[in-house]
Amino acid sequence: MIRVQSLTKTYGEFTAVNDISFAVERGEIFAFLGPNGAGKTTTIKMLTTLLKPTRGAVEIDGLDPVTHPHQARRCFGIVFQDPSLDAELTAYENMELHGVLYHVPRKVRTERIEALLKLFELWERRDKYVKEFSGGMKRRLEIARGLLHTPKILFLDEPTLGLDPQSRNQLWTHVRHLNETESVTVFLTTHYMDEAERVAHRIAIIDHGRIVAQGTPTELKEQTKSESLEAAFLALTGSSIREEKSGSVDQMRQIVKMWRR
Amino acid sequence: MSAIYILWLRELKRYSRSRAQIIASLGQPLLYLLVLGFGLGPVFQQSGHGSYLQFVAPGVVGMSILFTSIFSGIGLLWDRQFGFLKETLVAPVPRTTVMIGRTLGGATVATIQGTLIFTVCLIAGFRPVHWASVPLAFLFMLLTAIVFGGLGTAIGSLLQDMQGFQLIMNFMVMPIFFLSGALFPLTNLPKILSAVTKIDPLSYGVDGLRGALIGISHYGLMTNLSVLSLVAILFVALGGYCFSKIQL
Repeated sequence: MIRVQSLTKTYGEFTAVNDISFAVERGEIFAFLGPNGAGKTTTIKMLTTLLKPTRGAVEIDGLDPVTHPHQARRCFGIVFQDPSLDAELTAYENMELHGVLYHVPRKVRTERIEALLKLFELWERRDKYVKEFSGGMKRRLEIARGLLHTPKILFLDEPTLGLDPQSRNQLWTHVRHLNETESVTVFLTTHYMDEAERVAHRIAIIDHGRIVAQGTPTELKEQTKSESLEAAFLALTGSSIREEKSGSVDQMRQIVKMWRR
Repeated sequence: MSAIYILWLRELKRYSRSRAQIIASLGQPLLYLLVLGFGLGPVFQQSGHGSYLQFVAPGVVGMSILFTSIFSGIGLLWDRQFGFLKETLVAPVPRTTVMIGRTLGGATVATIQGTLIFTVCLIAGFRPVHWASVPLAFLFMLLTAIVFGGLGTAIGSLLQDMQGFQLIMNFMVMPIFFLSGALFPLTNLPKILSAVTKIDPLSYGVDGLRGALIGISHYGLMTNLSVLSLVAILFVALGGYCFSKIQL
């Protein structure tokens, strides 16, 4: 379903993703783990046509996202790591807009929007502007929106960041249900090892832009002779804390925050 | 089609919900209309050109269309910053479709804004010479809005953050406005200025508006219509191209 061959992305001198290769089979839940700045989001951006690779080949359901971006976009859905809602629209309008962009027929759209907003406990607030939402509510809406259409591949980039345990549970139950009943392939990144262990069939660990280990959770634990996945993760990536560069978007956010005061 | 519609609708909703912004955007055109209109009126009258208020009103309408449409295009930057851009960029809709929906939305908003200013002009004492050609004025408003909506999208696609915004404002938007003949007649200009006004697309928009509203046109109706249509196609194509090349 996803095939990646010696994928590389460099920004000038800096190599964000360095010659990685992996494959995800149809109906598999694949977790991509790594410390901050390891190259997870950059990889997802290259898989989802948002960024052109410097080198290497990518296949999404047999399609190259560089040469056939439009066809490739038809097969996946994505929940982004950072916000991607329109704050000036209501929750319902955000869902509606997504449904139209993803060609969900009107009748199905209305039903599913209601079901998902109820599932994530946002139905009562469907006509409130997103700018009035708390961080957790925005996150829930973001996830509900990502699940509105049923794609062949679902990308989840740290979907549970800032979610309470209840919503987290809802999310993973729903994702597993989609995976089992509609054999949706899932590609996820997370910082929570217990989540990865619980839902993922296979895991790849990435550090400094390179894949350092790949396998089932059990295999990774055996390989590092660790008791838990967390210990295995630390054994593979070391325990030093990573520095991240802030991009222009982060700087702009800072400026906006200043103005808002 | 439905994708174009929903993105068009989004622009309209955002516009109609930002009341404070609508009122704020009336400020600058009002200054030009009232202060210049009445301030330069006597001088203009003495030089034998008639009423300056009559002359400058179409220019002020053109100006508000220029600003609104180009900023709605550059509004892409805000979408980039707040992340909504990603949502539209990964959607299974051709990027040109997304761009056309946005641009048409922005152009509609700019035309509404132009109509608002036009109404203010009427209140201030402006009178069209032929009411029958007012619809033609709306056509020129819409065409001008599409031209600069396309240009704004092209710029918004190329800029990474707000750093470049002042640069665009001072070296592009303001010159387009001042060199368009919005404030002065295009006749008997020094050669260089005359040449520059000829390559400014807004000149044809303002001249078209003037032709339709006060019956005075420098280039003539057909020239204005064909130049604007051509530039509209060119700029929308350019905007579409730049938009489809965006990487995040």
